[in-house]
Amino acid sequence: MSEVEETLKRIQNHQGVVGVIVSNSEGIANRTNIDNSTTVQCSSQFSKLCKLARNCIRELDPENDLTFLRVRTKKNEVMCAAGSGPDDHMLLVIQSPSEN
Amino acid sequence: MEIVYVYTKKRADFGRQCNFSDRPAELHVDIAPDSSLAENFIERNPVDSSLQCVQEMSEHEVNTERFETDTRGINHTEGGWPKDVNPQEIEQVMRFRKKVEKDEMYVNTIMQLSSVMENCIRQNNAIDIYEEYFSDIDVEISDEPPSAKTINVYRDPNELKRTATHISWFPDGPRKLAIAYCNLDFQGSSPDTSMESYIWDIENPNKPEMTLKPVSPLVCLEYNPKDSHVLIGGQYNGQVAYWDRRKGSQPIELTPIEHSHRDPVYKTIWLQSKTGTECFSASTDGQVLWWDIRKMGEPTEKLYLDPTKKQDITKAQGAMALEYEPTIPTKFMVGTEQGSILSCNRKAKTPAEKIVAQYPAHYGPVYALQRNPFFPKNFLSIGDWTARIWSEDIRESSIMWTKYHMSYLTDGCWSPVRPAVFFTTKRDGTLDIWDIIFKQNDPTLSLQVSDEPLHSIRVQDGGRLIATGSHKGTTTLLELSDGLCMQSKSEKNLVTMMFDRETRREKILESRHREMKLKERTRSSQDKDEEHEPVAEEPEEDLVGKAETEFFQIIEAEKKKREKAAEQAEEMEQNEKGDQRKASPIAEEDEGQEKQEVEQPEKKD
Repeated sequence: MSEVEETLKRIQNHQGVVGVIVSNSEGIANRTNIDNSTTVQCSSQFSKLCKLARNCIRELDPENDLTFLRVRTKKNEVMCAAGSGPDDHMLLVIQSPSEN
Repeated sequence: MEIVYVYTKKRADFGRQCNFSDRPAELHVDIAPDSSLAENFIERNPVDSSLQCVQEMSEHEVNTERFETDTRGINHTEGGWPKDVNPQEIEQVMRFRKKVEKDEMYVNTIMQLSSVMENCIRQNNAIDIYEEYFSDIDVEISDEPPSAKTINVYRDPNELKRTATHISWFPDGPRKLAIAYCNLDFQGSSPDTSMESYIWDIENPNKPEMTLKPVSPLVCLEYNPKDSHVLIGGQYNGQVAYWDRRKGSQPIELTPIEHSHRDPVYKTIWLQSKTGTECFSASTDGQVLWWDIRKMGEPTEKLYLDPTKKQDITKAQGAMALEYEPTIPTKFMVGTEQGSILSCNRKAKTPAEKIVAQYPAHYGPVYALQRNPFFPKNFLSIGDWTARIWSEDIRESSIMWTKYHMSYLTDGCWSPVRPAVFFTTKRDGTLDIWDIIFKQNDPTLSLQVSDEPLHSIRVQDGGRLIATGSHKGTTTLLELSDGLCMQSKSEKNLVTMMFDRETRREKILESRHREMKLKERTRSSQDKDEEHEPVAEEPEEDLVGKAETEFFQIIEAEKKKREKAAEQAEEMEQNEKGDQRKASPIAEEDEGQEKQEVEQPEKKD
């Protein structure tokens, strides 16, 4: 349990990371470090998107599966690590571009 | 008496085979024609009778009532919890969360996912693959020909259409258009004509977003560039009104009739001030009035557009166009109905000095006036059949002008992003886009926007969208191609050089002209030793009287010439008759000639 905590904290402290959300397959956020309304919206929308992406990959090749989804937007980049199988947890990270 | 017929048949005969046999024809009845019966009838010849072998069908229309749809978004704030967890109860939520976290699989999954995620995060931090790589290389302006595309058309929702007289863009981005509608024909609007003006959302051309209900139709309408909720409008009856979009369709305040204009207010512009509440308005009654919208009871300042500098309202010229540049707050320009442009200074000490200069611009009213956003010393004026570019210093003529077109020009403006580009609209419904660097004789692009005359045009601050308003209230939104809204590096230099060159040419012409005038004056003063007449402009009434007397003189002369010709013709006839009577025709002709000679000196004035 504490490893999970540690890991999530480490991720949060990376440069540019704005939000970290852990949610389950139904889109319920277990753990988050941004406000509730944004969390709920993000997790529900991205779980939908992940499902769609997974369907797409598996249709093209049934033995393939979605592992990671990156969506780059004007304002930031949203990364979604999808667990194996559709009813698994999902890790969402919102990172704004690093201006080096 | 019952008529009965009994038919009997033997049973044995039923079902017997029929034997048909031939029989010769027998005459049963012979009815001869009785011609006396024909008298009961009237013959009709020919008889038209139509016949068609077709199914009988009927047509019936059905239309359902119009279903009004509206697009709305829904915001999902909370939800997705399993049945037994009430999201409002924090305890239940916490309990649920803890339960999930204790799950073995959960821990494994998260650890796995985290490692992948960290990798990606580190990648992002190491190299940003989405950065702008070649930003210092100029964007290549493609060589495609300039074009403009119609994006949307907004029509006047009322039955009786009015002209879209003025368009104002929303100051924060191209999302809305405020359009003033008014029937400008003199006494041309029927009592049913609506007085409303509308604010349209760009995306929705079906229905205006908001209606403004003034007391009298609006001729011009402007958003306040500082506060996008406030709009000022000039009415057809001379009053100025202001609206706050949040407070509804009725104007917040109107100027009182006694202190307003006496003619339609053709232009109102917001002034650059600390409070952002000052504006000024101009009308064909010859006044320019300054207002503060917090106190619309009376104008803060008044100016009569009297070019003789005596502030005489009877000599004032009516104003059709106003020009104000927020970066030059004390100066402004007025385009008059008589065709001249007056350059004014608000901060002059005496009212007479307020009108600094007068430019003889056009043969008809000056409909639009605007300074070039990049070169404030040069301004564009639109009137009669031409568009002219002026330099402030050259008072006698414009430095550049377009050729005389086939129809009147009604409105025009510069492009806010390219110093060499300006737009004009014409009475035949065309929009011309001029690029003076590319071509000076003709417009670079000429589009037939509509069949009815175009009345107004406005470019959005980004330089890409143009809105044009037509006579029937149809506003068309056009988008320009890249070439027309992206400045090339050398453009500013080229335009500067062009304006300088033309200004210099005009200056030389002006000084030559002045020299010639001076020479004439000195010559005339040498010839006439008496007081030489002042070369002051004759007052207008005398000119009018002179024109009248000249006109009548010419008519009288014509009349007499005709009478003479008629008399001569008569005499010629008489002379011919006289020939037959053997009177001396020569003598008579001489008499005729003498008569003519006698008449002529009488006719000489």
